[in-house]
Parts: sequence; C-alpha cells; structure tokens
Amino acid sequence: MTAVAGPSRMIGAPIKRREDPRLIQGLSHYVDDIKLVDTLHCTFLRSDYAHAEIKSIDTAAAKDLPGVVTVITGKDIEGKVGDVPCGADLPGLKVPDHPALSIGRVRFVGEPIAAVVATDSYIARDALDLIEVDYEELPTVVDPEKAIEAGSPLIYEEFGDNIGFTMPLEAGDADAAFAEADHVVSGRFVNQRLIPNAMEPRGVLAQYLPGDGSLTVWSSTQVPHGLKTNLGLIVDIPEHLVRVIAPEVGGAFGSKLNVYPEEIVVSYLAIQLCKPVKWIEKRTENFTTTIHGRDQINYVEIAVKNDGTITALRAKTIADIGASYQLLTPLIPTLTNLMIVGGYKIQNVKVELIGALTNKMATDAYRGAGRPEATYIIERIVSMAAKQLGMDPKDIRFKNFPQPEEFPLEIATGITFDSGNYQASLNKALEIVNYDEQRAQQAELRQQGKYMGIGLCTYVEICAFGPSAGVPGGGWESATVRVERTGKVTVLSGVSPHGQGQETSFAQIIGDEFGVDIDDIIIVHGDTGRQPQGIGTFGSRATAVGGTAMVVAAGQVKEKMAKIAAHLMEANPDDLVFENGQIFVGGSPDQAVEFATVAGEAHTAANLPPDTDPGLEATHFFEPSNFTFPFGAHVAVVEVDIDTGEIDIQRYVAVDDIGNIINPLLVNGQVHGGIAQGLGQALYEGAVYDENGQLLTGTFMDYAIPKATHLPRFESDHTVTPSPVNPLGVKGVGEAGTIASTPCMVNAVVDALSPLGITQIDMPMTPNRVWQAIQDAKEGGNG
Amino acid sequence: MANQVIHTAINGQEHTHEVEPRMLLVHYIRDVVGLTGTHVGCETSLCGACTIMVDGQAVKSCTMLAVQADGAEIMTIEGLAQNGELHPIQEGFWECHGLQCGFCTPGMIIAAHQLLQRNPNPSEDEIRHGLDGNLCRCTGYQHIVDAVQYAAEKMQGSRERKEV
Ligand code: FES
Ligand code: FES
Repeated sequence: MTAVAGPSRMIGAPIKRREDPRLIQGLSHYVDDIKLVDTLHCTFLRSDYAHAEIKSIDTAAAKDLPGVVTVITGKDIEGKVGDVPCGADLPGLKVPDHPALSIGRVRFVGEPIAAVVATDSYIARDALDLIEVDYEELPTVVDPEKAIEAGSPLIYEEFGDNIGFTMPLEAGDADAAFAEADHVVSGRFVNQRLIPNAMEPRGVLAQYLPGDGSLTVWSSTQVPHGLKTNLGLIVDIPEHLVRVIAPEVGGAFGSKLNVYPEEIVVSYLAIQLCKPVKWIEKRTENFTTTIHGRDQINYVEIAVKNDGTITALRAKTIADIGASYQLLTPLIPTLTNLMIVGGYKIQNVKVELIGALTNKMATDAYRGAGRPEATYIIERIVSMAAKQLGMDPKDIRFKNFPQPEEFPLEIATGITFDSGNYQASLNKALEIVNYDEQRAQQAELRQQGKYMGIGLCTYVEICAFGPSAGVPGGGWESATVRVERTGKVTVLSGVSPHGQGQETSFAQIIGDEFGVDIDDIIIVHGDTGRQPQGIGTFGSRATAVGGTAMVVAAGQVKEKMAKIAAHLMEANPDDLVFENGQIFVGGSPDQAVEFATVAGEAHTAANLPPDTDPGLEATHFFEPSNFTFPFGAHVAVVEVDIDTGEIDIQRYVAVDDIGNIINPLLVNGQVHGGIAQGLGQALYEGAVYDENGQLLTGTFMDYAIPKATHLPRFESDHTVTPSPVNPLGVKGVGEAGTIASTPCMVNAVVDALSPLGITQIDMPMTPNRVWQAIQDAKEGGNG
Repeated sequence: MANQVIHTAINGQEHTHEVEPRMLLVHYIRDVVGLTGTHVGCETSLCGACTIMVDGQAVKSCTMLAVQADGAEIMTIEGLAQNGELHPIQEGFWECHGLQCGFCTPGMIIAAHQLLQRNPNPSEDEIRHGLDGNLCRCTGYQHIVDAVQYAAEKMQGSRERKEV
C-alpha cells in the first residue's frame, strides 16, 4: 500500500474561490435573475418632501392603466401588516410607529407611500406618474445639532423633542483627571453621513402558495433567518411556513442587515394576489431609502500628562439617526461609546451620547458600524495630542498601549479585550514603511517647500458578534454537518455570506477536519428552508461564530465515524487519523478504511457498533463567550499639492492582527476592500441633504465611491495573535480596513499640512476642501 | 409607438423579437433573451455593471435601446468562455481573487476585454484608467488590476506561441 502523505492542511492556504466559476461566467443567480412564471412587478411611490402631511392620495388613474393589477397605500394595509421592526432596546428609547407604507405623514424624502403592481415593470413605473398626492409641507430639520434645540420642528410631536435616546457612559473620575492634567487636547469631529452603495441594489421576490399556505421570499439580504421570523409575524404567516432565501447577494456592507418596508409590502402583495411579486430597487432608491451610515458629531477632549500618558477622555456625541428606526438604528452609536478609548489604557471616561431625529433616511449598520467613529475620535485626538506635546505620534501610542501580558484586559467601558499585542503590529508596520527614513525624507522635502505627510492609526475593534447578551435576537450561530451515504460532505450554515467567500474557507476547515478533498464538500447557506435557524453575516462574525458552530458539529460526526471505523477494523477509535479520504490507525497506515466506506456503513446500518444509530449528521448551536478584538496598525504616506489641494497617496501599509488566518487570499481581499471604503470616507464620499431635506448626492455622479484610479496599491501584512474565545483562534477581518484607514488618511494629510498650522480638515478631504483649508491657514497666518 | 421587430446575434446565436421601442438593451438581454449575467447597477451609465460588446465595442447596455441594436453582433459575459474553457481574463479574475460579491464582475471582465484588445500590454496605470467606467465596491481594485495583468501576460504568451 502506498505511503500516506502528511496532513494536507488546507487551513492557511491561499486556495482560490469555489464561488468564482459561476460568477465569472455570468451563471449565478441574484434576486433579479430568478424568474418565476406569471411574476408581477412592483414599484413604490415615494415622498418628494422631507416633511409633509399627506392630505389625499388619488390612485384611480393609475389603477385604470392597462396592465396595472393593483395600487395600495398605507391605509389599505393599516392593521393588516405589522410595522417595520426595530430590534434595539435601550433604556428610555422613544420608539415611533413605522408603517411599511406611510400613513398621514411623511418624514424623509424617499419614504414609501404607495405600491403599484403591474404585469410589466415598465407599466408599473408609468403608473407611478398617474398617482396624485396632495401634500401640505411642514417645516424641516436636517441638522442634528439644531434638531435637538428647543423650538426645532418636531419629527414626532408626541415625543415633545427630537431626542430619540440618550446614553451616558461613565467610568473612573474623568473630571478629577482633567483637573490634574498637564495638557488638555480637544477637538470637534464630524463623521459624515455615508451611503453604503452595494453594487447590487436590494430586491425582493415573493411567492405564496395558497394550497399549503407557504410563503417563499427571495431577498438580497444578509439575515435571511431574522427576516423569516420577522416577516412571518408581520404578514401573519406562521414561521414554519415562511422560507427566506438569500440567493447570490451582490454586496451589502451592513445595508442589507435589516427588515425593509419593501420586503413586507411585496410579501403582503404576493399573499393577496396569489402570484409571485417582484421588486428590484433602482439605484436612486438605493441612495434615498437603503440605510445610511455614520453621521456623528463628536466633541472630544483628553487629559494628558507631560510624558504623554492619557489619563482621561470626555466626549459628547450627537448621532443623527434620521427620521425612523430600521433594525439596529439606535444601537450603532452605542458601539462608538464602547470602543471610544481605542487601544489605550485610559481609565477615566465620561461620555454623553444623544440620538437626534432628523428629516433624513435612517442610519444603521454600515461596515464598521460605530467603531469607525470611535476609532476616528481616538486616533485623531491622540495624534493631535502628540503634535501639541511635541511627541512623535508613534511614541504617544507606545506610551499608552497595554502590555501583551495584560490580556485578557477589561477596559474602562466595561468590555474585555480577548488578546492583543499592539506593540508588535505597530512595530511591524513602522518597519515595512521604513518609518525613520520617511520622517527624514519628510524633513528634507519640507526644506524644499514640499508637503509630505505620514499618518498612523493603531486601532482595535470589536468583532464576532457575539455573545447573545450583546446582540438583539441572539448572537450564536448554527451549523449542520452531514456526511452523505457516498462520503460527500454537506454543511448547512446559518451564516449568509455575500462576497466573503465562506463556500471556500469553510470547506478548507472541514477538509482538514475530515481529511477529505475540498471538492467533496459543499457549504450551503442563505436558505432558511435548508438550515432553519441562524443569525447571518455581519459584524465580522461568520468564521469566528459560524465557523466554530460548524467545527463543533463536524467533531461530533467525526467521533461517530471513528467509532464505526474502529468497529470495522477492530481498532481503538482514539487511535484513528482522518486523512486523504481514509481513516487509518495512527502509526500503521496499512490498517485503513475509506472515508466513503464508513459513510456507507453508517447508512446501510447492517454492521454498526452497539448503541450506534444510523446516519451521520450533527447540528450545533455555538454561543461565544466573548467578542473578539482584532487590532493593527496602518500607515499612510501622502504628498499634498498645496496649489491644488490634491492628495497623492504614495504608500499605504496595513498590518492587521485578525488572529489565525484561514485563507490569506480572501483575507487580502477583505483588507483591500475595507481600506477602499475607509479611504472613500476620508477622501471622496459624503451624503449631503439641503436644508429642505432633499438629498443632493443621489447618484453616482454626485456621490463619489472610489474608482480604480482613485486608489493606490495597498501593502497588507499581519501579525498573528490567536483569539482564545473560539477553537479556530480567529477574530474577524471584514471591517478592520474600513475602521483603520479613515483616521490614518486624515492623520497623514494633517501631518503634511502641519507646517501651515493646520490641525484639522473635515472629511471628505476633497481637493477643494484641502485647498480652502490651506487658504484659510495662510490668511490666518498673515493676519 | 408600435412595437418593432429586431434581429440580433448574441454570443453567436440569432434572435428575433418584437420589442417596445423604449425597452433598454440591457432589459432585452436579461428579460427577453434570458441572459442574466449582464447586471444592472444604476441604469444611468455610471457603474458599468451592464457592459457588453456590441459590434466589437464595449457598451454600457443601459444606455442603448434594444431597437438600436437591431442587426448588431453582441457578446455578453456568457459568450466569453469557449468550448468550456475560461477566457484568460476570467481565469485571471479567478486566480487573483479579482471578485468578491461578483456583481460588478461581468461588466468589469468585458471592460478589461476591450482594454486588452486596444492595449495588449497595459501598465498598472493604464489598467486603472481603462477600468474607470466600472465601479466595484468590494475589492478595492488591486486584485482586479492583478487579474488583468495576469490575463495580459497569458494572452501575450499564447500569441507568442502561435507566432512560433
Ligand atoms: S447599469 Fe449601466 S452603467 Fe450602471
Ligand atoms: S466584486 Fe462586489 S462590486 Fe465588485
């Protein structure tokens, strides 16, 4: 018999994706690619006004248009379907009604008012023009700081003000620390509103079968399971008759972690009409009515000793939450509170957080969700402090990092960092970028009147959401692992990837576990009909939580297979090794049985060991004991042209510690994409509403998501500090790049312009803004 | 306006259909012909997800009416692989992890196809400029650039082999 090769460790290998062949050939199926016979098409009439009373809606002419099947308004479904749900539960949270189609009043531009169903999507769009709405305009408020002032127009009169919630956080004695401080460093930061803009707009297709009473919904979502449970309750179909399928999903970044009005209305219409109904979002709708992200104003100050030790942080945050709550709206800024001290040992904290209602689309989870804001606050203010104290920005960071042996480390805001070595990642980044040389070159260039800047960001973030106590609806994940009769392996997962590549990385993990070829494994996800309970993909949780659920389930199946194999070979199950499609006795590979043979025996069931049931299947629900806390150091080197305000990114180095790495190729992809979105915020993107609440940046023409020419080549590397909270030792990588790169870039540009006395430039740092800051500085300097 | 009959050849196959004069070419391809690999990301000629080849030119198919394609030879993403063999650009995207969610990918691959026809040996800068009409929200573009470089090298190699 041939010698058995060494273990084929697929974990850690840059295996190319198994998802790709269908995607690169145009053979995959996103929602709009699924065609059911007799499908009707739905479109939504949306508010043109940011705040108005609806006096009347006349749908008669639209209904008369040939091809139109029905037109419904909020009144037609009032009491028949439930509200758009909000899963957040904060003390004192004021929760407004949120009907799927507005009734009586509209509060932001794009709010859905009526739905048209027609035989063809062009006719459905024609019909929208025939609906007459009589509005009476109301005063509008879009500035969150004005919204919380007394006398502001009220979004909800019954609340008496526009404060949706407040969330104070206090630890230690910040006021005392400030009284003793050698230096106080303060700033006002604006974390502008962003629009996620996944390239695939949202879409819903719903089919109701009156015979068995079942509802099947295909939705471009990150959370098919949450959607299933919620939809069942909202449209009144028992949960076990609802199936939600997230087919191919074209990106999400948090924007599809929700239950949206369109999912509710389309499901309701399919039930009423007993025909499939489809709605595909237009890009303009995606801009106005898919959740937005960020939108905070932060007043921040830190107390610092002469040696650079930061003793306290005080902050006041006004978070613009928009006009209504989506699934997690109020929770997102509370994550900013939790992570506001970053990776520094700041013991005294006093934070005030106000959620301000305005006449805008709701904010919610967008890649990073609350942590980019926290990181921006702390990384900017720490760099400002270094400047004020005349320290190198790296030194103030080293000064305030915890030591590696201090982990697990409970921080002032009450959470416990699982593991870390912040010094190692910063040292590695400094080495890669050649920091000392860069500083020397900067000094030289300054002599020549050139403005080179070096920006640092040392971040820590919170991932792997998470213990169920911290996630509305549960933070566990489920997986079923089944070895079929022929030895093929089927994994059913509750996570719902939409570009991350877990069909590959999960198969790598299972391949190592069972010692079988990756092509003998499939990973099924995004279908509540196949894996009925799950949570989904968000908050960089899929591998840490969903992967662990899968590994535990696989371990149970493996144990049973070992028992059967041992029975067949008359060996001890504890001695068996799974490798290369075989199960053999460790040390004597001649004593072997095929993996597939054991799978067959388990199902033929004629020769099973005593007390062994037929079949090879296990399901596990994994509840993590803690979040994970990835960290790292990014360094950007830029040169600013002070005549034009243009920024040239010369180097971008990212050292991310995300724990163990399953597939470095996919990790690189996540890092690059994350950095791109973070640089988008720093340099290009920003949602702008005018004072009447009209979105001025509602197309790709006015809202600049980065193009290929806008971005540099990224240099990505890692340190590896495994997480102790899951057996894979992984932390999560989906959001790190977005969290780190924004302050890193602002720090670099401000560093470049510091000889002019510039200490802050608000984002996005467009050439125009940078140029203006330079002019202001020059004038200020002259005057 | 009355419907019009149009004839097209898509990926080498002839089609004849009666269409509304206002129907966009991308909707004709997706909903009438049934080739759904071409995607709609914006309908306003800004994202490039709908890029296809029409008579040898890369075109954003949301900016053309179906009736304007009467008599045209069209290639969509489904027509790029030949006899079950991936095109070098598709191979490059796979090898270099040039895609994540895949929604921009068909348009991106077709745009790269045109780019390499015009410039078989592009620099990184030329690749980035050549793909400027195509948005990707997932990848940060670096792996896409790598994929196009991979394809350029591979196509160059096979050209050289043919010349030998
Ligand atoms: S759909 Fe044609 S360019 Fe976006
Ligand atoms: S791969 Fe998702 S948009 Fe490009």
